[in-house]
Amino acid sequence: MTVNVGQLGHAVAAKPTGLWSWLTTVDHKRIGILYGVTAFIFFLIGGIEALLVRMQLFVPGATVLTPDQYNQLFTMHGTTMVFLAIMPLNAAFLNYFVPLMIGARDVAFPRLNAFSYWVFLFGGLLMNLSFVIGGAPDFGWFGYAPLTERQFSPELRADFWAIGLQVLGIASLAASFNFIVTIINMRAPGMTLMRMPPFVWMQFVTQWLLALALPPIAVALILLIFDRHFSTNFYLSEWGGDPILWQHLFWIFGHPEVYILILPAFGMVSDILPTFARKPLFGYTFVVYSGIAIGFLGFIVWAHHMFATGMGPVADSAFAIATMLIAIPTGVKIFNWIGTLWLGQTAYKTPALFAVAFIAMFIIGGLSGVMHASPPADLQQTDSYFIVAHFHYVLFGGAIFGITAGAYYWLPKILGRMLNERLGQIHFWLMLIGFNLTFFPMHFVGLNGMPRRTYTYPAGFGWELMNQLETIGAFIIAISFLFFIYNVLVSMRSGAIAGNNPWGAGTLEWSIPSPPPVYNFATLPVVRSLYPLWDGPNDSRLTTPAASTTPEEAHVHLPNPSYWPLVTAFGVTLAGAGIIFGFVLTGIGILILLAGAYSWALEPAS
Amino acid sequence: MTTTAHPAQHATVFDDHRRTGLINRKTVMWVFLGSECMFFGSLIATYMSLRGRSLNPPYPGAEFSFDIPFTTVSATVLLISSLAMVLAVAAIQRGDIRGTRIWLLATCGLGMLFLGGQFYEFTTFFVAEGLGIDTNIFGSSFYVLTGFHGAHVTVGVLWLLSLVILSFRGKLSQSSSLDVEIAGLYWHFVDIVWIVIFVLVYLLAPHGGGH
Ligand SMILES: [Cu+2]
Repeated sequence: MTVNVGQLGHAVAAKPTGLWSWLTTVDHKRIGILYGVTAFIFFLIGGIEALLVRMQLFVPGATVLTPDQYNQLFTMHGTTMVFLAIMPLNAAFLNYFVPLMIGARDVAFPRLNAFSYWVFLFGGLLMNLSFVIGGAPDFGWFGYAPLTERQFSPELRADFWAIGLQVLGIASLAASFNFIVTIINMRAPGMTLMRMPPFVWMQFVTQWLLALALPPIAVALILLIFDRHFSTNFYLSEWGGDPILWQHLFWIFGHPEVYILILPAFGMVSDILPTFARKPLFGYTFVVYSGIAIGFLGFIVWAHHMFATGMGPVADSAFAIATMLIAIPTGVKIFNWIGTLWLGQTAYKTPALFAVAFIAMFIIGGLSGVMHASPPADLQQTDSYFIVAHFHYVLFGGAIFGITAGAYYWLPKILGRMLNERLGQIHFWLMLIGFNLTFFPMHFVGLNGMPRRTYTYPAGFGWELMNQLETIGAFIIAISFLFFIYNVLVSMRSGAIAGNNPWGAGTLEWSIPSPPPVYNFATLPVVRSLYPLWDGPNDSRLTTPAASTTPEEAHVHLPNPSYWPLVTAFGVTLAGAGIIFGFVLTGIGILILLAGAYSWALEPAS
Repeated sequence: MTTTAHPAQHATVFDDHRRTGLINRKTVMWVFLGSECMFFGSLIATYMSLRGRSLNPPYPGAEFSFDIPFTTVSATVLLISSLAMVLAVAAIQRGDIRGTRIWLLATCGLGMLFLGGQFYEFTTFFVAEGLGIDTNIFGSSFYVLTGFHGAHVTVGVLWLLSLVILSFRGKLSQSSSLDVEIAGLYWHFVDIVWIVIFVLVYLLAPHGGGH
């Protein structure tokens, strides 16, 4: 479909509606919303999985779940939260806000952007399809070989896991290519690299990590699929293979993945705190460079996940030192955030509360992380609940608190209405209490020897009280999110009108109406500083952007909607699913993929 | 105050006017190739870490050897194809569609010759030595590494053939020289990867096996 010049004004002015418009959308804001809603649903599913796990552990010797169900649920909880909740929630903010923050009308490749979302959706559905077809993956989220090999996992579970992750990886790779180019090339006039909001910077580093860290796990999964389907023995030591090879390839991805999950939250908090402290980010340059340093160091520390494999003192020491080094740039950021709040007239609205709690919770997770950077300490702590406590402080106390802060901060821009402050504060306090009640006791039971992933435990080890507190805490977290859902549902209809810039923030996304028009900026803004909206009243274009020029006058061309990304994404997923269900499907999938890709390439883009 | 979004400029999201002066589609190809470096890096590292760890014959260097002269020829064929690719890009940039077509077809032909050589090598190993992908860890890592490279060459051949077909439909012109240039970037990358594989897998052979 081509929009000719005669239709142009109409195409710009009218906001498309209906299911078809969502299936064919290439608007980064709509794709962001799709990512956000889908990821939040997966987040709820992952949360329910966690609640079931906690119910099983509420008392010693419980039989709420069978051991098999328990294994499936903790595996899918981890897999879902990492790949289907936190990553795509970050992608939601990436999609919606990075183009707005750099003053662009869309991303570099709008159709590729739609493709990323559809592949992510299909990959997530494929992975969860396993629950109804023979059972979900049951070997832990890092899928250690040889547990995933045929002799230990003869059913389809490992296939669903490997193919599901492979498909999800394609989605993230495509998105990373797209956004690296978008951030490099699509910035508004005057938006130099060192004027980009910290959120854009941290997402920029994150997208590089994705582009470079996903290929190793793609190879790891390919080798696993070959082992399972073409009788190779890459991870089977009795045939000359090496199960440790899996661990290396997995963690070369897996450690950068930690930063893929947390760096966007660093960015969100670095944008939120200055707004509420009413002063610029303390040491912006340090925040940027320490983020880049974390990205680099993240690639040379992977084997700290493997101290227990016995790599020898030289490798252990090298990886321990490199790991401890990361505490420096991370600590720098924490001082930056504290320095931003220092002497600020901080208005503790809900986003600010979550952001400050993020700093505190992340420090706890960071400290326990430095503890098991030391191999002797790690050998005591590995595979115990201490580790579970550590990474939940980093990924829940860090990433989820940061993302929730971001949600309260930016949802008014998306919805056009403010969220209810009272409900937000109730959510905050319940979540903070519930979170600490759930995960702080895990430090103690972990050091007392309770192994992670254990189906149950006997009475008399002194673990009962702690486990009961943890389960109660988990339910408090769940209740806190009910307040969030209720808040969003009510506020999107009857909340106070947000206006362009309800928080008095300084970055470009607040210069345009809430929700933003399809074309984002009627005229591209000209940027002169890190906080263009704080430059003062002289800059009339930024304070009233759409006043002088209508989009028709500015000849804004919007990319055409297209269903080929959806078709191509379906082909990709079907080709993968064929490895599980029979190679005929792979053939059909490849044909659909080729048809989609060629039609896409030949379709006029605008 | 001036604005770059001047009405006459048609400020669309697709005009590649951007901050760095880089072209979006070319930039994304470079990023993609960076990612591909990690992909082949992981495959090559896997091959090297499993090198010499076969527990059963046929061992390379013992039961059979690589045919180095043969592979040298096929590697040279692939390298020459890069020259043809360069000439194809040069031709389109000066608007010579016929020359573009010829050199693209030459690149494809040389690529297919390389793939034929790989197919011949695979069948020789398989038929003469009984080396299958599941025979021993050498077979597994060798076939997967070289196979994925071969798959990349195949994608490249299909891509270049698509460009040739487009040229016959009149859809390739001097203004679309970027299409050829980007395909060329991919093609050269795949060639370079083969040089690394050729050195590490073939020239550093034989590497025995067994314990
Ligand atoms: Cu790590």
